[in-house]
Amino acid sequence: MTGLVIDDVSMTFELPNGGNVEALKNINLQINEGELLSVLGPSGCGKTTLLNILAGFLAPTSGTMAMNGHAITGPHSERGMVFQQGALFEWMNVAKNIGFGPKMKGTPQAEIDAKVTELLGIVGLQDFAEKMIYEMSGGMQQRVALARCLANDPDIILMDEPLGALDALTREKMQSLVLDIWKKTGKTIILITHSVEEALLLGERLLVMAPRPGRVHKEYNLPFAEMGVGADLREVKRHPDFGPKRDEILSMIWDMEEEIMGRTESA
Amino acid sequence: MLQEVMDVIVTTLRMVVGITVIMAVFLLVSMGLSYLYALFSRGRGAAKGYTSLKTVTFGDESAVTANRFASVAAIVTIFLLWCIATGSSLIPTVLPPPFVGETQFEYTARNAEGATDTATVFVQVYGSDAERPAQPDSMPLGDGFAKNDYVQIVERRTKVLKAQNNDEGGKEDGYEVIEINGTPVTREAVVPFGKGEIYMTKQGSLSVRPATGMTMEALYLPPPEKVWSSFITLNKEGYQGVGLWENVFWSLIRVVIGFSLGCLFGIPLGFAMGLNSWLRGWFDPIVEFMRPVPPLALIPLVIIWFGIGEQGKISLLFLAALWIMTIAARAGVSGVNISKVHAAYSLGATRRQLLTKVILPNSLPEIFTGARVAMGVCWGTVVAAELVAAEKGAGKMIIAASKFSLTDIVIIGIIIIGVIGYGIDVLMRMAENKLVPWKGRG
Repeated sequence: MTGLVIDDVSMTFELPNGGNVEALKNINLQINEGELLSVLGPSGCGKTTLLNILAGFLAPTSGTMAMNGHAITGPHSERGMVFQQGALFEWMNVAKNIGFGPKMKGTPQAEIDAKVTELLGIVGLQDFAEKMIYEMSGGMQQRVALARCLANDPDIILMDEPLGALDALTREKMQSLVLDIWKKTGKTIILITHSVEEALLLGERLLVMAPRPGRVHKEYNLPFAEMGVGADLREVKRHPDFGPKRDEILSMIWDMEEEIMGRTESA
Repeated sequence: MLQEVMDVIVTTLRMVVGITVIMAVFLLVSMGLSYLYALFSRGRGAAKGYTSLKTVTFGDESAVTANRFASVAAIVTIFLLWCIATGSSLIPTVLPPPFVGETQFEYTARNAEGATDTATVFVQVYGSDAERPAQPDSMPLGDGFAKNDYVQIVERRTKVLKAQNNDEGGKEDGYEVIEINGTPVTREAVVPFGKGEIYMTKQGSLSVRPATGMTMEALYLPPPEKVWSSFITLNKEGYQGVGLWENVFWSLIRVVIGFSLGCLFGIPLGFAMGLNSWLRGWFDPIVEFMRPVPPLALIPLVIIWFGIGEQGKISLLFLAALWIMTIAARAGVSGVNISKVHAAYSLGATRRQLLTKVILPNSLPEIFTGARVAMGVCWGTVVAAELVAAEKGAGKMIIAASKFSLTDIVIIGIIIIGVIGYGIDVLMRMAENKLVPWKGRG
């Protein structure tokens, strides 16, 4: 069985005051190999918790997950992770950051170098191999983070709002890059985002999650990611289906937010 | 008790006045120079750079940089104030120096019979670092019952002249000195004369006080040229059989060994505390208790335990550095961004690799900050420990010199201690920039 199977996963946090928060309740998902899945939802809907469980940083209170047929019990290099920011190693230059994974596995240096050079080309940082991380802009740093993740050749890439801290222009370029990488490498990618547009553009499949308890509210299959590969993303946004979809999802999330607010106010 | 507290309050108030005066003088000089500097630099080409274009500079911390001209001027000012206060020969006289040389005055005495007679007192005042001049072989004693006298006095000092011992009938009841230079005088009164003043004691003797001037006595603060010449001598001959740099070397060696031991044990300890709950709980009470204890408070215990030898001092410095390094290393480990740890595990790192490739380098900036603090504390502690007990060392040199009132050696020692302390910090900062260039830029 290839791909990622999530079977009835629930996650309950205990609060210091004795109460419980159901961060996730009865999540069932099947993610196929090569799929590009984006996950969207208001704050507190458990999307980051879900990603941390998939990465193996958290164990769910109930339910199981399996990757290519074997259970997920902890972090593993088959599941690569791209963080929002601050996860690069400042004491290493770009090349060493990218080569970190292979190096940890004891890959010969010549192979690492070749891999790093190839990846630098893919993310467009050919001339920056020797630069230190703190000398680079936020967008460039996220390119390095992507390359570092790819260097390990993971089966699935988990992205936790990787573009959330970037400015609008850089963000657009990076969205194209993510699509390119998806197409070129054929990796399975799960991307968590706050941005409805980004979720539409970068989701072959899009999950909208709802909070309290965290659950999958609605699922879409979308054509935009496929359209966006190698194309101008602004063209994609002008597609007649794009606007209505965006509005539909936005109002869905607005309703959830209002419901949360109402609940807090009445409580 | 209450009286003592009141005394302290009064002393404090007087200090406030004194400090205000000193600061005011220093600031006035500073303001004057600043005005001159502004006059001088105006019209010499506009300042360049981005900061010069800022219109809001007051309150913008980044627009305030140390004016190096002001720094140099401040050092020169302090040096000049030193010269002025001590009446240095490097600059023209500003404050009147103490009187040195020959002078004289006349006194008129009345004997038991009621007759009066006048005699002259020759006063010779000589410098404190000069040889005592030879006394003249013979001196005209003058006629009448009052005889001329001769006194030799060290500058700034006082000498009691017993005119009655020399005068005929001086021991008889009714003998009394009644005038000095023609001015009537009574017991416990002061009469000025040419180069000083004369105080008549309760017993009727004359206390001769040559003018002390307004400069500071070398005992309290020697002039720069004297300190410099002492430095040359000290450099050549050492003090009490130990060379100047040998003393400094021993202090440094102690600091280096104590600090290294502190790092050697403190950093692993801090890592252990940062990575393991049991060890954190185990060491927490010890570290939290020892951290606020000033190392100087441990000196007596260390002397009791280890004596005054090297072991005691190195133990003290080890303890001074240990807790600082432990806490720095612990903070470095705790400060690692969890994303970095997650990333490393996701990239296939083992626990050991995580420790050596991520946690250790990530904590280096904190460790360096701790090392700078620890070095400063160690340097201060070693000097203090040497003040208490040592055979060699910068602190030992100055405390030994102070016992013989060799103020110049004390001042040389203090300057060297300060310069070395500053040098250590500069070196640590350079090492920091070289080894952890990402510090504060993460």
